[in-house]
Amino acid sequence: MEAATKAAPTPGGGLPAWALGLIPLALIAVAIGVFALLGGPGLGERTGPPVEEVAIERTMLRPGEIELTLRNDGPDPVEVAQVAVNDAYAPFTATDGLEIGRLSSTTLEITYPWIEGEAYEIFILTSTGGTIDASIPVASETPEADLDFYGLMALLGIYVGVIPVSLGMLWLPFVRRVGEQWVGGLIAFTVGLLAVLAIDATLEGLEIASEAPSAFGGESLVFAGALIAYLLLAALDVHLTRRSEKANSAAARGGLYMALLVAIGIGLHNLGEGLAIGSSYATGALALGAFLVVGFAIHNTTEGLAIVAPLRGKASEASGPPSLAQLLGLGMIAGAPAILGAWIGAAAFNPSLAALLFGVGVGAIARVIVQIAPAMRDEAGRFLHPISVAGMIAGIAALYITGLLVSV
Amino acid sequence: MSDKNRISRRRLLGAAAVVPAAAGLQGLVSRSGLGGDPAQAKPNGNRGGGHAGHNGFAHASFAPGRTVNHRANGFNPTELLRDFDYGKTRRLASGRVLREWEIIAQDREIEVAPGVKYEAWTYNGRVPGPTLRAREGDKLRVRFINGSEHPHTMHFHGIHPAVMDGVPGIGERLGGGQIEPGEAFTYEFEAEPFGLHLYHCHVAPLAAHISRGLYGAFVIDPKKGRPEADEMVMVMNGFDTNFDLSNEVYAVNSIGFHYINEPIRVKRDDLVRIYLVNALEFDPLNSFHVHANFFQYYPTGTSLEPSEFTDTVIQGQGQRAVLEMKFPFDGDYMFHAHVSEFAELGWTGFFRVGDPSLLTPAAAAAAYCKLPWGGKGAPA
Repeated sequence: MEAATKAAPTPGGGLPAWALGLIPLALIAVAIGVFALLGGPGLGERTGPPVEEVAIERTMLRPGEIELTLRNDGPDPVEVAQVAVNDAYAPFTATDGLEIGRLSSTTLEITYPWIEGEAYEIFILTSTGGTIDASIPVASETPEADLDFYGLMALLGIYVGVIPVSLGMLWLPFVRRVGEQWVGGLIAFTVGLLAVLAIDATLEGLEIASEAPSAFGGESLVFAGALIAYLLLAALDVHLTRRSEKANSAAARGGLYMALLVAIGIGLHNLGEGLAIGSSYATGALALGAFLVVGFAIHNTTEGLAIVAPLRGKASEASGPPSLAQLLGLGMIAGAPAILGAWIGAAAFNPSLAALLFGVGVGAIARVIVQIAPAMRDEAGRFLHPISVAGMIAGIAALYITGLLVSV
Repeated sequence: MSDKNRISRRRLLGAAAVVPAAAGLQGLVSRSGLGGDPAQAKPNGNRGGGHAGHNGFAHASFAPGRTVNHRANGFNPTELLRDFDYGKTRRLASGRVLREWEIIAQDREIEVAPGVKYEAWTYNGRVPGPTLRAREGDKLRVRFINGSEHPHTMHFHGIHPAVMDGVPGIGERLGGGQIEPGEAFTYEFEAEPFGLHLYHCHVAPLAAHISRGLYGAFVIDPKKGRPEADEMVMVMNGFDTNFDLSNEVYAVNSIGFHYINEPIRVKRDDLVRIYLVNALEFDPLNSFHVHANFFQYYPTGTSLEPSEFTDTVIQGQGQRAVLEMKFPFDGDYMFHAHVSEFAELGWTGFFRVGDPSLLTPAAAAAAYCKLPWGGKGAPA
């Protein structure tokens, strides 16, 4: 047997593994080079006019000026020739040249005396006579991205994220008082609420992605983001579990751990949410009003309740009531990413990035649901029992009803 | 066309919205409302280009720094304006004048706005085609050669036999009707009635063939002629560059804003006669308006008596007229379609009377004092 093993040839001869990995790559490169050198043998001349696909990535309004950032989404270069706003040609300059290579972008600064609150339809005439349309549903000046602005974005993040979530966590004493039989219902409430958040974020991510250049993935970015977030959180979960096993601390997998997961999921979700707020405020699409703030505070308060709901689990009793610092930490994890998102959104909004981040939020929430759902089980081990079903429906209803306050 | 726009406002409001209710933030939030005032636009002003001397957005214009390459196009609207083609003439034994032209239909890429190429179909390589001019009663012979990849005809407005009408299905057995690529036909008819007419291709689909550039002015002078004047041809047209059945560019003589960059020079008190033809497709109406002046209007040019003294007229598709006016004052005078959309999409130009750079305030006042009422109330 020993001799036979020795005789069996190693796959790939005596070459080291890294070489075996590189050889196919090199061969592919050579094949592509030969193909290109021969001018694509057998394919003949390309037929048909050039394909012009351009996405409007960003619209900014300054006094007397409209600024559009274009991204070439198609296979051929596109050359901008003229720009008309509301059926009137307007003078403009292009910061990165008139010709946009594949996947490249340029920004058009159009001189136009636009008026607050009016709608504008823009068409960009290309060198081939084709047109690219852009529209401004309601014109409003884009705020300058200065220090004040970032301060305002931070405040927005705090209003959207930190404060409502923290307020929601004030239900903790109530949660800890309710009878043992209601615990599954509380978790179910969280699950229902998270499920609606995930659906909402998916739809919104897809909508943003539909405006993003399809060359960068478009809608598939949402799903890629979701998958990656789900896998990373799963890996993190395994890692933390191993460590806690080593430390021999059973409490680590208790209610506090579940609350932390929920907080992370909601936090990643709020990152995307903040991004959307920041970008729409920066582009003037978001009119801020006191009514909306109040509506949003109530809406996001439910997220806080979702975080504290698991803190009533049986296992959590082992670790005792969570400390104030722990609670604040949970609130920050869930709420603070909204600030970061608002900054990113305001400073460098990009629909592809936004779609990916919305996807990340969805994946995180999905992972959290999978992790906390077992706590919904009753003594018989059933997921769906009257209390859990009622809890989930209550969660869905809570988000829906408070959502009415913030939809316009 | 891409409908990839920005994030829908409603959707985002639904997703997330907050206000800093704190009073101290009001200042941060209420920074809007500066948008509308062009006076506040870029203080460095002249990025607007267009007409010299104006800042920012003085009027609609193409992007600064680029102009159409007339040489590559093979025609320049400034030259085309006063270019009348009388044909090769000889007197027949009968004493009548025979005029002969050769017109070749050609497919040709032209630049219809700075940087915008368009696959035009042309008569003799230009849009509009040559302005054919004859005198009432002349015998006309137009040799038409179809050098295009598509079938075409020359359909003249005027009075002539059916076989010479340039309409597919009529006269094919005599070599007329639709003229296929590589084929030729000679249209023969008499110049009547006097007036301003047009010719264009009549192959279906009509709008496609005409809008591609197959049209031109056809002037028949009255036997006794018209008073001497500075004469010019203006063919109002447009181009549907993206083939969505509406025009992206409007102009007189094809190049939008051309007569802004190169104003039409005329002399003070000279009689100016404009042969105005509406060859626009897709839009049912076009119009002509001149600033600070009025003109005599001779519809279709078929009467020597004007029908109206006005400064604005409307023409439907295929309508045309002769306009006569004098400019009593030096300066730049705008003319454009009073359909504002067309005006701002290219159909705007200037007449330049005298040398406006010499127009000092004193000169302007002097001009004012020459008014019949002696300049009473003239500015101090």
